[in-house]
Amino acid sequence: MLGYALKRLTSLALSLLVASLVIFLVVEVAPGDPASYMLGLNAQPDTVAALRNELGLDLPKWQRYLSWLGGMLSGDFGTSYTYRTPVAQMVADRITVSLPLALYALGLSTLIALPAGIYAAARRGKAGDAAVIGATQLGIAIPNFWFAMLLVLLFALKLRWFSAGGFPGWESPLMALKSLTLPAVALALPQAAILARVMRSSLIDILSEDFIRTARAKGLSRRQALWRHGLRNALIPVLTILGLQFSFLLAGAIIIEQVFFLPGLGRLIFQSITQRDLIVVESVVMLLVFAVIAVNFLTDMAYALADPRLRHPR
Amino acid sequence: MRPSLLLGAALTLIFTFAALLSFVWTPGDVTAVDIASRLQPPSAVHWLGTDQLGRDLLSMVMTGARTSLAVALVAVGLGMGLGVPLGLAAAARQGGWLDELVMRTNDLIFAFPSLVIAILITAIFGPGALNAILAIGIFNIPVFARLTRGAALSYWRREFILAARVAGKGASRISVEHILPNLANLLIVQGTIQFSLGILAEAGLSYVGLGAQPPVPSWGRMLADAQTMVSLAPHVAIVPGLAILLTVLGLNLLGDGLRDALDPRLRPSRA
Repeated sequence: MLGYALKRLTSLALSLLVASLVIFLVVEVAPGDPASYMLGLNAQPDTVAALRNELGLDLPKWQRYLSWLGGMLSGDFGTSYTYRTPVAQMVADRITVSLPLALYALGLSTLIALPAGIYAAARRGKAGDAAVIGATQLGIAIPNFWFAMLLVLLFALKLRWFSAGGFPGWESPLMALKSLTLPAVALALPQAAILARVMRSSLIDILSEDFIRTARAKGLSRRQALWRHGLRNALIPVLTILGLQFSFLLAGAIIIEQVFFLPGLGRLIFQSITQRDLIVVESVVMLLVFAVIAVNFLTDMAYALADPRLRHPR
Repeated sequence: MRPSLLLGAALTLIFTFAALLSFVWTPGDVTAVDIASRLQPPSAVHWLGTDQLGRDLLSMVMTGARTSLAVALVAVGLGMGLGVPLGLAAAARQGGWLDELVMRTNDLIFAFPSLVIAILITAIFGPGALNAILAIGIFNIPVFARLTRGAALSYWRREFILAARVAGKGASRISVEHILPNLANLLIVQGTIQFSLGILAEAGLSYVGLGAQPPVPSWGRMLADAQTMVSLAPHVAIVPGLAILLTVLGLNLLGDGLRDALDPRLRPSRA
């Protein structure tokens, strides 16, 4: 197990190193000099040069890459060109919106998807199953930002139950949760549709296994066999998808954050890209990639602990 | 034929036809601004109503279909064109350096938040349809590479491949002449699904202003323009959204239906 963990850890470190190089190169080819962006069109050339010097933009690229990488490793994500605040501080501020939003959406999607998937699998081939399948087809096809607009139209503009956008901060947790509700619903719907399908097909596969037949032969009712033996086994692929969805939601809320004017990580990246605040873009994208790779690593480890066969692939 | 496959094919055909028709004819002019008749609800003259500049929404949707379908189709083509050869090559030398390289690169691309990178690419190289294609296409490459490799590996163990090897054919000839034809069904089905994902991605990019630029109409930007009008004239926001929803739904139903129809093993169960 230790050998497997070390091997995976090495490949994790290598992936992160390559990812950092890719991110740095992609961002560095961006046309537009951050210093000229900050000073505007009428800036004197020597002022721009002085600012470039101050920001370290005049150093050779490899030197800037190494100092960025070294900084990341020691927890220093650099300083925003535009706001002159540490990137770590900005990320910490924004994550108080993005993380709760992602968890809220994930919670909602699980609450909708698991019962729907179990219901459909238990009534496979009947009208209830067809209804769930039809609903998931719609849920997958709907663009979530359009769904968000419809939610705003109905619940904010017509019924006036929620505000149409903005975030009041966590001073009043109830208000904060309320302002995250419509965005979370908009994010949760397509995720729930995918999750419900995975839950359904996974449970259907498990229900045709021999051990379920054995359980039924022992005298358990269909319902008992499903709840006691089927569900637990069927949850493994569902958990994998949940892990993937979590890392997706953390970064994938970019457009939903735009719709609702939420000050989250996605909006931070979007604004930084348009303002050519390169160091913020680099560091935040790197953090997101790190999150995905780390979640994948932990999932692999959990599987390897549970199932020894996975420790020796091929 | 299953009704869902029929519905999917019908929806796909309708939108493809509308997109093609828009090259030669639309009910109104999508560049003509007519403020006097702005934000009109659907009527006999304007079947789907007009937008905030008085343009005919049906004409906008038809021309927008062109943009969406073209961007998504070329992006899938890009993904397939590069991904399939890479997958075939990786499978032909399983465990070799090329296989390792392709698979590790795949893993790496999957780790990147696709939407963020798509936005990054379009923002860096400038917004526009071409860069949207690039941004969406890049993430299609690993999808097709992985799918092709996995399926090709199972064929390499089959006897008819062994026979081809005995006959003296090289790995690349076997890949093209014997393995690729067997993967056609699989690739068509996956292509349909990636096509629908591409349409969603294109809509998202043009919604944030990074897709096709004015005056080329696109569904995503129609939605962005409609956002401030949504309480005055809901139909301006509902029409383009429905167009996206129905196209994506049609392609997904088509993809699912084709998979069931082309793969006999799936027919009796697991619908």
